[in-house]
Amino acid sequence: MSFAVQALTRSLNVFHLAGSACNNCDIEILDALTPRYDLERFGIVLVGSIRHADVLLLSGVFNKKSAIRLQHLYEQAPKPVVVVAIGACACAGCMFRESYNWYGKISDYIPIDAYVPGCPPKPEAMIAAVAKLIAKLRGS
Amino acid sequence: MGKRTIIPIGPYHALQEEPEFFKLYVEGETVVGLDIELGYNHRGIEKLSESKTYEQTVFLVERICGICSTSHPIACVQAVEDAGGVEVPERALYIRSLIGELERVHSHMLWLGLAGHFLGFNTVWMWVWRYREELLNIMELVTGNRNHYAMMKPGGVRRDIKDEDIPTIRKTLDGLHGPLELFRDAVSDDPIIHARLKGVGVLTPEQIVDYGALGPTARASGVDIDVRRDHPHAAYGLVDWNVVTATHGDVFDKAVVRIGEMFESMKIIEQCLAKLKSSPGPVDSNPKEIPPGEGIGHYEAPRGEVFHYIRSDGSNRPARHKVRAPSFMNVLTDREAVLGATVADATIILAAVDPCYCCTERMAARDVATGERVLTSRELIRLSQAKTEQLKKELGAEGPRLNLEAM
Repeated sequence: MSFAVQALTRSLNVFHLAGSACNNCDIEILDALTPRYDLERFGIVLVGSIRHADVLLLSGVFNKKSAIRLQHLYEQAPKPVVVVAIGACACAGCMFRESYNWYGKISDYIPIDAYVPGCPPKPEAMIAAVAKLIAKLRGS
Repeated sequence: MGKRTIIPIGPYHALQEEPEFFKLYVEGETVVGLDIELGYNHRGIEKLSESKTYEQTVFLVERICGICSTSHPIACVQAVEDAGGVEVPERALYIRSLIGELERVHSHMLWLGLAGHFLGFNTVWMWVWRYREELLNIMELVTGNRNHYAMMKPGGVRRDIKDEDIPTIRKTLDGLHGPLELFRDAVSDDPIIHARLKGVGVLTPEQIVDYGALGPTARASGVDIDVRRDHPHAAYGLVDWNVVTATHGDVFDKAVVRIGEMFESMKIIEQCLAKLKSSPGPVDSNPKEIPPGEGIGHYEAPRGEVFHYIRSDGSNRPARHKVRAPSFMNVLTDREAVLGATVADATIILAAVDPCYCCTERMAARDVATGERVLTSRELIRLSQAKTEQLKKELGAEGPRLNLEAM
């Protein structure tokens, strides 16, 4: 395991990026930080800039306007970066994949490391995803 | 006149949950102009709705917004019921109001927490959201999901509230009264909150009327409108409650109105729970057909009036579905409220209307200042046609094509 990947298995800096989301996954992500779930006790914090991010959380479908921004932001992220798709929309497009404004599957233009399905996924599911990711990184 | 600088906020900014782009024009510390660019959240819901049956449409409009995820469905099913002349059983009306008010309390608590966060008062955020979890527990118990409740359907509600669940709901709500009073006193007592919020982002009643602002934004400025009272729907005509208003129109009064509304909502919930016992019966009238016609549905969402229009052509799908969300009206008042404020106050002023961009992005926008085109309705139709063409090609089907030039 390279030093950079090893560093990723420690305290994670998370950048959260809502596409054309309905807001619910985003609120559940914030919920995971508040006292009931309290992700911060594991050293997981939200950061304000993509340049500080270890993990990129994507929520919502990405439309023709926001998908361009997503690609820019992904390019700006320091590598290696772990990309997690939160919710049914980010995973597969949900019911919006028939929309004229749907840009396409996210995995077609940026690589995704983990999918958390659900509408919205419960905070427990997000925590489980992060735990599994860390275990996977440690094993690699 | 000092040097004019532009501070871009967004589209992906640490302060925002949703993608939206504010350009703050500042001279020194003073905000002298504001541009809002939308379009990051447009998903084509009105067009998608035409491809869904009336029952499926409810699930679609629920996903317009995750926070008012029962306001849009209520307005939508009321529009369908209005178009089809469908009767709704009384028990279903009480359940609709009950779910709607639970949502209002959780939404206002969410706002209160985020307002604390924007002020740099993170304790309030953590503290309020801890108690918000109790409401989400009730939602999970009653509907099976923490958010996106899927409770509404044309003709009634999808699930009944079981009698054995009512004591648990009551107990949880009783436990919430104490914390709510604590928040009310904390906001009205704390000198720092007074200093940060009083006289900040003032909107006059005239500005509210000019911009057509709705909900707590309007009521905080003394404009007494509430569609729950003015056009009673669901069970709002059957229970006793008051519209909360304030007079100053600043951010502080917006907080006061929202906190007052939480207490009123608790009152409505209590009464609905009591009435559920005395009104047994079905919760769904199972409408089979929606005849050709038009219908409208209103609902007072936590942010203001949601309006849905549905035109039926007699098939099982809406021929036209129009949505107007309250944030669409409220966000525009930002311009009036933020001018002359300092940069430090700008965040809380922009957040004071409780903006919801996923609700707002229903139509095409054009940035007048730069002439930069975002998307026009014609282009949306063209995009839609391109998608249809692609689908046709995939499916090998042929059909009539809309002549855009003739329109």
